[in-house]
Amino acid sequence: MGIKIVSRQLSGEYEKVLRREQRSFMTGNEVVAWAALAAGADLMYGYPITPQNEIMHYWARLTPHFGRGFLQTEDEMSAGFAMPGGALVGKKTFSATAGPGNILMQEPIAMAEMMRIPGVWIIQQRGGPSTATVIYSQQELRLTATGGNGEGLRIVYSTASHQELFEYTIKAFNSAWRYRFPTFVLGDGYQAKMREAVTLFRPENRGWELVPAEPILCLPGVPARDRDPVHLRNTFNLEEELYTRLMDQLAVYERIAPEVTEWEAEVPPEPEVLLVAHGIVARAARQAKESLNRQGWKVGYFRPVTVRPFPGQALRQIAAASPNLRLLVVESAYGQLLAMVKAELYGLTNPVDSLLKPGVGITAEEIAAAVDQTEEGEAVS
Amino acid sequence: MVAEKTWKILIAGEGGQGVQSIGELLAEAAFQAGKEALYIPNFGVEQRGGVSIAFVQIAEGSIGAPKFQKADLVAVLSERAGERIKGYLRAGTIYLYDQSAFKPPVIDDRTVGIQGYETVAPEAFARMTGAEPGPPPRPPAADGVRLVGIPAAQVAKTELTNRVFNIIVLGAIVQLIQVLSPAQVEAAIEKKFGEKFRAKPELKTWNLQALAKGLELVAAPEPVRS
Amino acid sequence: MTEGQKPVLQETPGNTKLPLSWRKETKPHRFCPGCGHGIALKALGEVVDELGILDRVLYGCDIGCSLLSWDFFNFDNIQTHHGRTIPVIVGAKRARPELIGIAYMGDGGGYAIGAQHLVNAAQRGEKITAILANNTLYAMTGGQMAPTTLPGQKTGTTPYGREEAKTGLPMLGPELVAAIAPEGSYVARATVGEYQQLKKYLQKALLNQMTGGGFSFVEVLSTCPTNWRTNAKQTWAFLQGEMPRYYKVGEFRTADAPPGEEEG
Repeated sequence: MGIKIVSRQLSGEYEKVLRREQRSFMTGNEVVAWAALAAGADLMYGYPITPQNEIMHYWARLTPHFGRGFLQTEDEMSAGFAMPGGALVGKKTFSATAGPGNILMQEPIAMAEMMRIPGVWIIQQRGGPSTATVIYSQQELRLTATGGNGEGLRIVYSTASHQELFEYTIKAFNSAWRYRFPTFVLGDGYQAKMREAVTLFRPENRGWELVPAEPILCLPGVPARDRDPVHLRNTFNLEEELYTRLMDQLAVYERIAPEVTEWEAEVPPEPEVLLVAHGIVARAARQAKESLNRQGWKVGYFRPVTVRPFPGQALRQIAAASPNLRLLVVESAYGQLLAMVKAELYGLTNPVDSLLKPGVGITAEEIAAAVDQTEEGEAVS
Repeated sequence: MVAEKTWKILIAGEGGQGVQSIGELLAEAAFQAGKEALYIPNFGVEQRGGVSIAFVQIAEGSIGAPKFQKADLVAVLSERAGERIKGYLRAGTIYLYDQSAFKPPVIDDRTVGIQGYETVAPEAFARMTGAEPGPPPRPPAADGVRLVGIPAAQVAKTELTNRVFNIIVLGAIVQLIQVLSPAQVEAAIEKKFGEKFRAKPELKTWNLQALAKGLELVAAPEPVRS
Repeated sequence: MTEGQKPVLQETPGNTKLPLSWRKETKPHRFCPGCGHGIALKALGEVVDELGILDRVLYGCDIGCSLLSWDFFNFDNIQTHHGRTIPVIVGAKRARPELIGIAYMGDGGGYAIGAQHLVNAAQRGEKITAILANNTLYAMTGGQMAPTTLPGQKTGTTPYGREEAKTGLPMLGPELVAAIAPEGSYVARATVGEYQQLKKYLQKALLNQMTGGGFSFVEVLSTCPTNWRTNAKQTWAFLQGEMPRYYKVGEFRTADAPPGEEEG
C-alpha cells in the first residue's frame, strides 16, 4: 500500500526515528502508535478509555502525515465492528481499549473470530471488575485470551517492556494477517503510562517481512459475471454446519499454535522453585530470581509470552523433569494465570503456590519474600 | 548486587509544585547519560488530596517493576505529601525536604476530582508555588532516615522566581545521587523546555540558575547506601 | 452515475424478470409468504441494476429477518451482528471510499440495540446508505415489541397491547435522523405498498452516496403477516391503513430541500 508522505518535516522525523534506529525515551502508548505506523496499519477505530487514550492521540497526530486514517466512534462496539469492515476490503485496522471497553469489544471480536477476519487489539489492562481503577492490573487476561461466546481462537502477546510493546505490536499485525485470527497485544496501565528507553526501527531494515493485507470482499470484477459474489455470514441454520465450520477452525488453530507460541524460561540445574509470571510482573519475577540465585536459591523463571496459545507443553516439560520443583505463580489478578498453569500441569504432583495481588503492582522484593516464606505448596490436581 | 546499582527515587508534593517535571527530567537525563531509566507518575480518576507522586528508577542494568516499595531517596515538597509516602521509607532512605517557611499551594480536593480520568497530576491547577509565609514543615522522626533539608522555596522566591522551585529540588537530587552530570541534566531541561526557552529566553537562565542553586544547596554526600 | 463508471450488463438472456443483481441460485428466497422484505430487496436490486453499480456495492445485513438476505444478491455481502451493520459498513467505506456501502437492517437493529450507531453515523455524515425495514416488531425472535410497535398493538411482550404510559409511542426514525444529520443528507420513509415511490427513494439514497452528498437513510414500512397474525387483506389494511397514522411516508431531507423543509 505504500506510505504516502504528506509532510516533509514529519517524514524526516520518521526517517530519523525509525531508519536510524535511534534509542528513544517515551511512554508505552506512544510506542504503540509508532509500532502501528511501522507495521503498516491503515486505520485505527477507537473510543476513549484510560489508560490507552494516548495511543489514539499519537496515532491521530501521525496519520494525516502518512496517509493513514483514524475515526473516533460512538463506542467500543462501533470501533470493534468498523475494524472488520475495513479489514474485509483490504486494509489493516486496529483499536486499543481497556476494562469495560474490553468487555464491549468482545462482541465484535467474537465476530472476527467466527469469520476469521484479521484485526489487532491493544489492551492496556486497568483494574477490575467494573470501572474499578484506571491504573493497572492483569485482570483482563482471561477476557482477552478466551472472552466471547466461543473457543478463544485468538493470539495474545503479553509484553513486559517498551521494546517488546514495539516489536510485538508489529508482530501482532503480521500474525493477524497471516493467520486470520484476532490478535492482541496485552499491555497494562503501567506500560501505557511509564517512560523508558526503546529503539524504534523499520521492520524492513531488520529483514522483517510485513504480511500484506488482502481484500476478502470487493475484489475486482463484476460479481456473477467475472467472479462469484462473496457472501460471508456468522449465522448457521444447523448445529452440524456450525460444528463442521468450528472443527475446521480449531484444526487450523491447533496446527499454527506451535509456530505462534512463545515463552521465556531460565531454569538452573536441580531447581527448587520456578517463578511463573507474564507481562510486566515477569520483570519483577526475573529480578527476584536473580537476587535469589545470588543468595544461593536454585530458582528458575518461566514466562509465557503468548498467553494464548499458552506454552503449556514447555511448562509441563520443566515441571515433569523435576517432580519436587515448587511453582510460584505471581500475577496482579486473583488466579487467572494460576488457572491456566494448573490446567497445563494436570496429573503432575509438583506443588503450586501463588502470590496473587489483583489490581496492584508486584515488586521483585515481594516475590523474593514469598519464595522465602512459603515452605510447602498445595499440589495440583 | 543489582539493588546497589539501582536508585529508587520518589518525588511527592502538591499539584503545581512541578513534581512530575522533576521525575521526567531526572529520567530523561539518566536516559541521555546512557543509563537504564524508568519514570511513572501516579495517576487515577482523581488525585487524592491533590498529592502528586512520581516514581523514578535509574540503574546500570535492567529495571524490574515500575513501582517499588521502599525508596532510596524521597523528595518531599509538602507536609501532606510526606504523610502520604511514609510507607516508602526504610532505614537509610535519604529524606530531602523543603524547609522554607512558606505554605505550599493546596489544591481543593473536589476541584481535582472532577478534572477527569486522564490527569497525570494536577500541575496545571497551581498558580503559585510556596509564595505565602507559613511555618516550616516538620520532617518525620522515622528511624534511620537521613534528613536533608533545603530552603528551596525561599531561594526560588527571593533569588529567582517561584516557577523554578522544582528545578532547585531537581538540582539537589542530582547532587545527592551522584550519578548524573549537571550537563546531562541541562540537556534534559533544554529538550523538555526548549520551545518555551526560545519564546522567553530568561526562562532558560532561571532554570539553569535554579539547577546550579540546587546543586549547591546540598553538600556532595559521602557514600550513603546501606 | 459517476464519471468513468461503465454501466454493468443490464440484461441476462432468459432472465428478464428478476433484477440482474438478484442471485438466482438462492431463489426462491427465505422470507415468509407476504413478508415485505422481498419487495424492498427487489426494489433495491432493480435500483442497483439501473445505476450500474453492481461491481461497487458492499452490502451488509443485520440480525433479525434481514439476515436472511445474506446471499440474496449478486453483490458481496457481510452479515454482521444485531445492530452492528452500520459500523461495519462505515469501517469498510472509510477504508475504501470508492465502494458503495449499504447497511440493511430491521427496526430493532436500527432503533433499539444499534440506535447509537444510526444516530452517530448520521450525525457524522457518514457516506453510506442505511435501509431500515419497519414492520413494527421483532419478527425473527417471535414477535416482541419493538420501538416501532403501534399503541395498542399486541405482541409477545405486550400481550394486552402497547401502552403509551409504560413503553412510549412509536419511534420516528427518519424524523430523528433528519433532525440531526448534516447538510447533504438524504432521509425518507417509503412503504412496500408504493413500489415506484420506494424505488425512487432508494435510487435517490444511493445517488446521494455516489455523488458524495452524505448520509442516506430510508425507512421502509414493511409487512409481517406471520407475527401480525393477519391474512392478506388484513396485512394490507394494517400497512396502508394503520401504519401511516403514525408514520408519514415521504422525503424528510433531500439535496434540494435543506433541513426543516420537509416535503411529503
